[in-house]
Amino acid sequence: MSDKYIARSAAIASRMLAGEMMVMSAVDSTFFTLNEVATAIWQAADGQTPLSQIVAEKVCAEFDVDPETARQDAQQFVEELSRHGILLISDDPLDTVQSPTEAA
Amino acid sequence: MTLMEEVQQRALALGVPLAVHLDVTYRCNERCVHCYLDHDDLGEMTSSEIKGVLGQLAEAGTFFLTFSGGEVFMRQDFLELVAHARRHSFNVKVKTNGVMIREQEAGELRRLGVEQIQISVYSHRPEVHDAITKLPGSLKKTVRAIRFLKSQGLKVVLANVLMTKNASDYQGVQALARDLGIQYTLDPTITPKIDGDTSILDLRIPASELNGVLHNSELVGDVDEFCAPPAAVTEDDMEGYSCSAGHTSAYISPYGDVFPCVQFPLPSGNVRKQRFLDIWRNSVALKEVRSIHARDLPVCSTCSHMASCTRCPGLAYMEGSMRGPSSADCEKSFHRTGIPSANMLRRGDHAGHPLIQIQPPAIEMK
Repeated sequence: MSDKYIARSAAIASRMLAGEMMVMSAVDSTFFTLNEVATAIWQAADGQTPLSQIVAEKVCAEFDVDPETARQDAQQFVEELSRHGILLISDDPLDTVQSPTEAA
Repeated sequence: MTLMEEVQQRALALGVPLAVHLDVTYRCNERCVHCYLDHDDLGEMTSSEIKGVLGQLAEAGTFFLTFSGGEVFMRQDFLELVAHARRHSFNVKVKTNGVMIREQEAGELRRLGVEQIQISVYSHRPEVHDAITKLPGSLKKTVRAIRFLKSQGLKVVLANVLMTKNASDYQGVQALARDLGIQYTLDPTITPKIDGDTSILDLRIPASELNGVLHNSELVGDVDEFCAPPAAVTEDDMEGYSCSAGHTSAYISPYGDVFPCVQFPLPSGNVRKQRFLDIWRNSVALKEVRSIHARDLPVCSTCSHMASCTRCPGLAYMEGSMRGPSSADCEKSFHRTGIPSANMLRRGDHAGHPLIQIQPPAIEMK
C-alpha cells in the first residue's frame, strides 16, 4: 500500500456541503457523498503523496482510529472510487488532479 | 429517500443554492415557434463577468450548473466558460440544439468533463422539425451532433417538447432516440414568453393528446401508479414547497438578472450590481418565495391533488399570482387521474367531465 498514489480524476465534479464532499462522475453519473474521513483522503489525493502518508497524516492524526483499520478502510475506499473512475490509483506519482472549490 | 433527495434536503436546511441554470446568451440560430425568449442581444455579460459569477456560485456552494440559452455556441467563448466552470469543479450540463457541434466541439466537451448534453428534437421528420425551428436542415445537423457526442462517449439526452405542430410525432422521436442510443424525455409544457406574452400558449397540445401522453406506459412507466387517484394530503404536504425554485435553485440571465427559475421571472437582483450570495440571502423577492408553504396557497391548499401535483410556482406567477394555481399543471393532474383540480372546479372547467371532487379533501393527520 505504501507504494500507491491516488489522484482525483479530471472527469469528476465535487463540492463541499456541510462538511461532506459531494462527488459526481461525468463518466457514468455516479453520485457519492463522502463522510469526514473520506473527504480528508479525497482532498489529499494530489497524485504526489503516497496513500500510506495520507492515511497517517490526514486520518490517523486527525481521527480516533487505529492505523490498521484506517489502512484497510482507506484501501477499500480508494478501490471503490477507482472502479467508478473517480480516483486514479498508480504505483507512481500522478499528474492528473483537479482542485475542488470548497464552500458552504 | 435517495442520496440525491438527502442532499437536496440538506441544502434546503442550509439555504445553499445547489443548482443554478445560467443562460449565457439569448441569441439563437433557430427561431422556434414556441420559444419564450427575445433573441436580441441587450448587453450580455462578458466572459470576465461570467467567470466572476461562476466563482461566486462555487463559493455559495452551487454544485449543479446548467449552461443554456439561446444557443450556447452562439458565444465564441462558450467552451472557455465551460472550462472555467470545470476548474471550479461544477457538475456541468449543457442544453443546446447541437447545430454548431462538430467533432471538435464534441471532443472538447468530453475533455472538459461535461456530464450531460441535452438536445432538443421536435420530430423525426425533417419537414416537421425544421418547420418548428425555422432553420432548414436543422434536424440533420442536430442528429449529426448527437452522433459526434455519442462517439465521444458523452451522455446525451433528447428533449422532445410537444406542441400542436408535432403532437403526433413523439413515438417517432422516441424511436429515433432508441436508434441513437440516447435517453428520451418528453415535455408537454409550453410556457408564456418571458415578457408575459401568452400568444404561444395556443401551441399547447389539446386535452385529448395530453391524455394519451399521460397514459402511455412508454413515457410514464407504470400507468396505474402514475395515473392513480391522488393520495390523502398530509400535514407534511401542507408544510412543504411545490418546487426547489428560490429554495435550492436559481436562474441567472445573460444580463445578470437573478430569478428563482428560468420559468419564474420574478426579479430578484442582478449580479452586475450585487454579489450573488447577497442576492440569494437577502433578496426580498426570494424571501417571499421561501415564505410560501403549500398551506398558504388559497386554492391549491384545498385541492385533492396537492400532494402529487407538479404545480409550477413560476407558471402560477405568470398567470397572476405566485400563490395561485398553475393551470397547465391542473390540466396535467386532471388528465392523469380524471379528477378535476380545485382550480378547475372553481372556474367551472370541469364541464363535460364527471364531478368527482366537490369538497376540499380531508387532511390525514399524523
